[in-house]
Amino acid sequence: MLNVDQFLSTLPIMLKGMGGIFIVTAAIILCIALLNRVSNAAAKKQGDSRPND
Amino acid sequence: MWCIGGLLIYLAIKRDMEPTLLLPMGFGAILVNLPMSGAVTQIVDGAAEIGVIDLLFQSGIANELFPLLLFIGIGAMIDFGPLLSNPKLMLFGAAAQFGIFFTLSMASLFGFSLKDAASIAIIGAADGPTSIFVANFLKSNYIGAIIVAAYSYMALVPIVQPPIIRLLTTKNERRIRMPYANASVSKATRILFPIVVTIIAGVVAPRSVALIGFLMFGNLIRECGVLGSLSETAQKVLANLITLLLGLTVAARMQADAFLNVQTLMILGLGLFAFVFDTAGGVLFAKLLNLFSKQKVNPMIGAAGISAFPMSARVVHKMGLREDPQNFLLMHAAGANVSGQIASVIAGGILLNLLG
Repeated sequence: MLNVDQFLSTLPIMLKGMGGIFIVTAAIILCIALLNRVSNAAAKKQGDSRPND
Repeated sequence: MWCIGGLLIYLAIKRDMEPTLLLPMGFGAILVNLPMSGAVTQIVDGAAEIGVIDLLFQSGIANELFPLLLFIGIGAMIDFGPLLSNPKLMLFGAAAQFGIFFTLSMASLFGFSLKDAASIAIIGAADGPTSIFVANFLKSNYIGAIIVAAYSYMALVPIVQPPIIRLLTTKNERRIRMPYANASVSKATRILFPIVVTIIAGVVAPRSVALIGFLMFGNLIRECGVLGSLSETAQKVLANLITLLLGLTVAARMQADAFLNVQTLMILGLGLFAFVFDTAGGVLFAKLLNLFSKQKVNPMIGAAGISAFPMSARVVHKMGLREDPQNFLLMHAAGANVSGQIASVIAGGILLNLLG
C-alpha cells in the first residue's frame, strides 16, 4: 500500500534539505576562496619584502 | 541469522568487502543469535542478566559515542588539499547527496514512518558513522539493517557506480580532459579550514555540530603540525580500536526477530536506490554545469561526490583512463570525494534539524 500523502509531505523536506546543503556549501566555498586569496596575498607580500641577494 | 553472519564473514574474508566492519558484524550476528546467548541481555529467574554486547551498545552507540570518536580518526586521515586548491569541487559533493532526500521520499511512499524513512535515507550518505549517528538519534527500529546496508554498499561502490555513470554519460563526455594545476595551499588555509567549516555548518544546522565538529577536530590535529603523535594515534590506534568494537556492537540489533523481516529487504533495496541516485545526482549536476560554463567538467567527477572515500575517486579515475589513457582525473575526483565527506555530514545534520 503506497502512502502518497506522506510522500508528498516529504517533498518540502527534500527541497529544504538540498537547498540547505547548497547554501552551506556555497558559504564554505566563499570562505575557502577568501582564505586562499588572503594567504596568497600575505605570501606575495613576504616575498616582495625579502631583501635582494 | 547464522547464515547471514556467515555470509558477512565470507564477504569480508574472501571478497575483501569492508572486512573491518563486516567481519565483526558477521561474527556478532552469530553471537547474539545463539539460544539464550550470554552476549545479550537475558531474563533469568525474573532478573536481567546484562549481556556485554548490549552493554557496549548502550555505552557506545545509544549515546552516539563510537561513531563520533571514529570521526576523529577519519578526519585525521583526510587530506583536503585537492579540495582547497579547487573549492568549486564542493558543489559536486553537495549534488551527490540528492539520493538521501529522494530516498527519504521513496521510503515514506512505501509506508515507513518519517523518522525511519530518514534513517534509511541516510544510507545514501555512504558514511558509516553518519548513518549510525542519524539512525540512532532518530531512534530508528531498523538500525541493524541500516548499518549492514550502509557498509555493504560502500564496499560495492566499484560495482554500483560504473553502470550508472555509463548510462548517464556519452563516450565524448567521459573523455573530457581536466588538466590539473597544482595550486599550492597555504598552511594557514589548511588550519583555518576545519574551524571555518565547523562554525558555518554548526550555525546552519546545530545538530550537526557533534558530527562535523569531531570530523574537523581530527583534521585540525592533522594539519596543525604540532600534534604529530596525536594525529597518528587518531588515524591508527583510535580508528582501529573503535572499528573493532563498532562492528561487534552493531550486532546487538541483528537479532533474528528484529532483522529477519520484509522491512529489512526493503531497506536493502532502498539503500541501493540511495546510492544510485547519489551517483545520478552528482553526474547530472556536472552535466547541468557544462551547459553554462566554457571550461567543461568531466561529468564522472560528479559521481565522485559521494562520501565513499577513496573508492569512488578511484572508480572515476579508472573509468577516465579506460576512455582515454592520457586523462588523469584522480586529483579532481579526490577533491570531489572529500567534499562528499563534508556534504554527507552536513546532510545528516540538516536531516536531524528538520526531523529530530
